[in-house]
Amino acid sequence: MPAPIHLRINDETHEVRCDPDTPLLTVLRNTLRLDAARLGCGLEQCGACKVLIDGEAVPSCMLRVEAAADRSITTLEGLTDDGSLHPIQQAFLDEQAAQCGFCTAGMIIAIKALLDRVPHPSDAQIREALQVHVCRCGIHHRILKAVRRAAEAMAR
Amino acid sequence: MTRVLPVMPGPDGTFLVYMNKIEIGQGVQTAIAQIAAEELNASFDRIRVVAPDTSMSLEGASTTGSNSIQGLGRIIRQAAADLRHHLLNVVAEAAKVPVEDLALDDGVILLPGGGSRRVEEVWSNDMVDTVERDVGQPKPSSAYTIVGSSVPRTDLPGKVAEGGHFIQDLRRDDMLHGRVIRPPTYDATLKSFDPPDVDGVRVIRDGSFLGLVGEDEQLVERVATEVAVTATWDVRTRFPEFDHLYDHLLSQPDEAFLVVDGKPGDDPVPEIAEPEDAVKTIRATFKRPYQMHGALAPSASMAVFENDELTVWSHSQGVFSLRGALAQVLDLDPDAVRVIHAESSGCYGHNGADDVSLDAALLARAAPGRPVLVKWSREDEHRWEPYGSCAVLKLQGSVDRSGTVIDWNHDVWSYTHSSRPRSGGDTSSLLAARYLEHPVPPPVPRPGKGSHSGIHRNADPLYAFSRRRVVKHFVRDSPLRVSALRGLGAFANVFAIESFMDELALAADIDAVDFRVRHLEDDRAVAVLRTVAEHAGWGTPLPSDEGRGIGFAQYKNEKAYVAVCAHVKVERDTGRIRLLKMTIAGDVGQVINPDGVKNQLEGGVIQAASWTLWEEVTFNEHRITSVDWETYPVLRFEDVPEVETVLIDRPGLPSLGCGEATQGPTPAAIANAVYDAVGVRLRQIPFTPERVRSAIENAS
Repeated sequence: MPAPIHLRINDETHEVRCDPDTPLLTVLRNTLRLDAARLGCGLEQCGACKVLIDGEAVPSCMLRVEAAADRSITTLEGLTDDGSLHPIQQAFLDEQAAQCGFCTAGMIIAIKALLDRVPHPSDAQIREALQVHVCRCGIHHRILKAVRRAAEAMAR
Repeated sequence: MTRVLPVMPGPDGTFLVYMNKIEIGQGVQTAIAQIAAEELNASFDRIRVVAPDTSMSLEGASTTGSNSIQGLGRIIRQAAADLRHHLLNVVAEAAKVPVEDLALDDGVILLPGGGSRRVEEVWSNDMVDTVERDVGQPKPSSAYTIVGSSVPRTDLPGKVAEGGHFIQDLRRDDMLHGRVIRPPTYDATLKSFDPPDVDGVRVIRDGSFLGLVGEDEQLVERVATEVAVTATWDVRTRFPEFDHLYDHLLSQPDEAFLVVDGKPGDDPVPEIAEPEDAVKTIRATFKRPYQMHGALAPSASMAVFENDELTVWSHSQGVFSLRGALAQVLDLDPDAVRVIHAESSGCYGHNGADDVSLDAALLARAAPGRPVLVKWSREDEHRWEPYGSCAVLKLQGSVDRSGTVIDWNHDVWSYTHSSRPRSGGDTSSLLAARYLEHPVPPPVPRPGKGSHSGIHRNADPLYAFSRRRVVKHFVRDSPLRVSALRGLGAFANVFAIESFMDELALAADIDAVDFRVRHLEDDRAVAVLRTVAEHAGWGTPLPSDEGRGIGFAQYKNEKAYVAVCAHVKVERDTGRIRLLKMTIAGDVGQVINPDGVKNQLEGGVIQAASWTLWEEVTFNEHRITSVDWETYPVLRFEDVPEVETVLIDRPGLPSLGCGEATQGPTPAAIANAVYDAVGVRLRQIPFTPERVRSAIENAS
């Protein structure tokens, strides 16, 4: 029986027992049923699996769950506060910044990491923060608008 | 089989709409719900759409061809009007009042004198068989309050806040995870492998089909990787040389068809003959590589065999076609197979969705009673999905003294553009079928003869030329697996046509927009061109190395009209093309949801820009080498242009499908803008920095 791994996710503590090499993404989805973080490539090339770890947006598809132990993890599910949407989530709805929505969770996480660190990012900073994120539907320009809208809302 | 109507009352004051089209991010669920709400005079919140399910849905075409609003939209509009008619007549008869004095209003039938009946008091499900069809009168567009407005997408609130919603999120008690170990390349036979000796993972083998199932996904994946390393295969596939792809295509035998009014016929194909009154005649050759759907989510499916029935959850674009195709390979009665749609990411055509369903069914058959969820890897999807076909196009055209096109020749060589699953016969396009102990081989491709389909989609231009000769050259044997990719032949054909129109305009010394307008007899086509030119600042000066270019098409010459203007900057030293702004003008007839239409037109432009600047499937002697996002680069955030879309509103005119309408005009708009910027003609997609630098060097 593997030793327990303590995970702090969305301000809740979880104790999981699994192969310590298991990717964090697999544990989030299969063990904890937090499936907003998605598998797009398993190679850290597309951003769909990103979660916040100590405030930084990090891919979870190759990160060993043991390496995520005892750190503060936030997933998309943790952004909603008592049913009320985070300004970034609201901005995505206001701009209708999604088509299929598969890339959405990873993008919102990356945007949160950016705006928490840089409240008034330049266009170049926004593009750089999202550079790894693949969207095949072509929603990119709406996402840029959503980020600007969210930045404004968060500054208020 | 549950008896349902396309639109019928549901529980708690709702109305159910049974879809036979799937949501793939194009917003069809929202738009169809708007149509139903409009005809029922119901608030939008009352509508519940039900995803396609072969045990319940109206059997119908797949979600293809930009047909959802025109096809299902029309059915739902009429079915909702029929339901309204039925409900009012039932109440009229019971209350003995003229039906004209009644009104259906937000789930309630209003009686003259102030009384009312709720729909659920009036309706019972056995009325499914008695609702008269085609008698309800759909509303005139002048009365629309919901159709024509940008109702927000119903599925987005869930997608921005939580998990679930996608097929990869399905969970069942007793579920197994499945993985298939695929051969290194297409034509291969499994010789041997080391069976794993691991508790909790079971091997399932049928000929060269090799799979694993187990409860622990991580364990199944690890063991699959280990077993794959030990597997040995007899490999027979030899691909042509990547650098000689187009030579190979042109060297193969082809069947040539003269295309007239968009349809290939049996008339003999005439020779090209340069007319005597030609003042200028030009020729150009264009090339389009194999390109990928490259869905962000690798395909997935879940299947379970219970009580001699197979249930499959799939993101296939055609649940009924898939049901038949699965039944055929598994030797089941189609009535014993149920396919339920579950959403995956955007697919942009026929990708791995159907293949992975056969994988899941084969594994589930070996583990009866246990649902099996199979998820392809990124590499599986990149290697095995059927690609968009490569093509070579040769155009020749002549203008006379007045600058009018007096001769137009378009020859397009390509492979089939569709190998969607069907049932029947001795063949199957489902991937695993050809690897079984008793293999079911893939079908031999045949030339499509429909109007504006496949290779010749949009090959017949909308322009009024006095003489045209459009020829489709069907080449049967594609070295790479191919099927329908958004727009099909329209991407290559319109790229060539619209690039060539610019070349002819230059030869005639006429402005590119004016040149097109002179050859158009369709006012709506002219309107999108003039609108995009105006909004893009056509004709206003630009700094050096910046340029503007136009592309126009009416998809299939009968659906949405679109004009795209690209504003680009070319970096001479690197060869990078920077997209500064894309302006789009669209006319889709009666708009159901303006924001939804814009999203589709814009998404198509961005995607087509990625195809144009970045995308080509690569391969070596034996294997596909485009296996991930590094080996198949795509457009990223740093490349994204500003986008502006203008919709020309045509209330009351038939709605026209728009989901694929911008694919064709976009590459030409970019190519034409590059010419305007630096004076070089790009005729081979993708316009890589190397090709651009090389073209600039050759020009100077």
